[in-house]
Amino acid sequence: MTVGRGVRRSSRRTLRGLTGGLVLFVGLEVLTRAELVSPTYLPPASAVVATTLAILVDPEFLQAVAGTLAGWGLGLIVASAIAIPLGLVLGWSWRGYRASTTAIELLRPIPSVALIPLAILLLGRGLDMRVALVAYASLWPILLNTIYGVRDVDPVARDTARAFGFGTLATLRRVSLPSAAPFMYTGVRVAAAVALIVAISAELVGGGSTPGIGTWMLERTQPGVDRELMYAGIVVAGLLGLGIDILMLAGERRLFGWHHRMRSVS
Amino acid sequence: MTSARIEVEHLGYRYAAGGAPALDDVSFSVGQGEFVSIVGPSGSGKTTLLRCVAGLAAPTSGEVRIDGVVVRDVPPGLALVFQDYGRSLFGWMTVHDNVDLPLRRRALSGEERQRRVASALAEVGLAGSAARYPWELSGGMQQRVAIARAVAYAPQILLMDEPFASVDAQTRSDLQDMALSVWRAHGSTVLFVTHDIDESVYLADRVVVLSPAPATVAAEIAVDLPRPRDQVETRAMPAFVTQRAAVARLIRRPGVGTP
Ligand SMILES: Nc1ncnc2c1ncn2[C@@H]1O[C@H](COP(=O)(O)OP(=O)(O)O)[C@@H](O)[C@H]1O
Ligand SMILES: [Mg+2]
Repeated sequence: MTVGRGVRRSSRRTLRGLTGGLVLFVGLEVLTRAELVSPTYLPPASAVVATTLAILVDPEFLQAVAGTLAGWGLGLIVASAIAIPLGLVLGWSWRGYRASTTAIELLRPIPSVALIPLAILLLGRGLDMRVALVAYASLWPILLNTIYGVRDVDPVARDTARAFGFGTLATLRRVSLPSAAPFMYTGVRVAAAVALIVAISAELVGGGSTPGIGTWMLERTQPGVDRELMYAGIVVAGLLGLGIDILMLAGERRLFGWHHRMRSVS
Repeated sequence: MTSARIEVEHLGYRYAAGGAPALDDVSFSVGQGEFVSIVGPSGSGKTTLLRCVAGLAAPTSGEVRIDGVVVRDVPPGLALVFQDYGRSLFGWMTVHDNVDLPLRRRALSGEERQRRVASALAEVGLAGSAARYPWELSGGMQQRVAIARAVAYAPQILLMDEPFASVDAQTRSDLQDMALSVWRAHGSTVLFVTHDIDESVYLADRVVVLSPAPATVAAEIAVDLPRPRDQVETRAMPAFVTQRAAVARLIRRPGVGTP
């Protein structure tokens, strides 16, 4: 019964999304065909869609997408590998947390884009630089959510493990880790969105010859290049962000549904 | 009483330094294999007392000894059924895995673990719910999972904190008899906290009555009723009625009228 309702609700949402997309498409099409906006600035929506479909089978563009995803994914992995263990330790020990808050509060506000020149200086314009920047930007949401998640572990659950003879490490592994996992996942999900922005920004500023959506666009800023290409690139970047978000949300619901249900019961 | 298994001596506990004490001066002991009930008004410090016995909280004054050894950490072979059963179960695990988890710390074969989990769940009437998750169950069922987890662990010392407070009357009677049969089968020593006077008398060899907070022992009453106990026969005995009245009087006016 609830499943049926859920399906109906999600199909209604899909319908609403499609309607919105259609309205946007028709609006843009009318706007450009009537030349209310100069076609030099904004090509007709139908032309953008056609170009988007064309670049999606263009090997050079696909390589650029793969390059961006590599920077994005590796950066996220590096960030998780650092932030999750660190967050576990800091969340577990109150003293460690207190000691580290100052450092966190000082480092966190630095916009990762402001570090691009430094990263270029240290690591060049290739994948390393992009991974480092993505990792830096992704570190904070994962770290803070992990710390929060570990601090949020129910003391009764922890005492239960202790009462059954679990030592500190076993309690950490068997209770704190799984019970904080939904928070860690949320951190990674938030970081995944930020990471895409940073990955493309690093490509746009860094340039270089390593493939990426940013560098691909940069190469198409010369005069004489079709504007449709640029818009198509933007559309794909947007779809990528949307796709990542949808996948991460679906994963959250699948893996950590128990978390919300447990909360709503108690 | 045979040799003392648990000795609580001048136990005092404060949650905050300088704050009001939760336990003032509590002394009593529990013999090997004995079933002792602790009754006291709500807020009198019963949970705090169990936490000290379990080694989860360090006494502010006095001490707890188990087999003559001062408790500083959780003693081996002890199980505690928490009052907050819902929060004590792990939501990311099935009922089966919740019951199984403590057994993984013990040197048991997979088969033996499987057997114990299955029989403990059957004992609390949850054999069919092994694959479900705690949050899919009602409060009473969750409480039975928590009890099954302790039963499967086969503890030498079993501490239970108001374990039957949230179940309906019929289930409650069943669980009381289950607690008694588990106790008899395993020969464990049981410390059973409740605020239900009937229950305290029905189950125990002895009832320790706590005063309102900060707790002291208001009285100890030896329950002189034959075993095995029976929900209908035992409760109809004149001795049951007298002893339940004695406990009730002590709870109303603690410190007055020691039997
Ligand atoms: N974590 C805590 N921090 C501070 N005070 C507490 C805490 N837990 C219990 N208390 C206080 O200690 C007293 C005894 O509580 P508790 O042991 O839970 O009583 P009972 O289990 O008999 O209801 C109460 O006055 C309660 O408010
Ligand atoms: Mg209590």
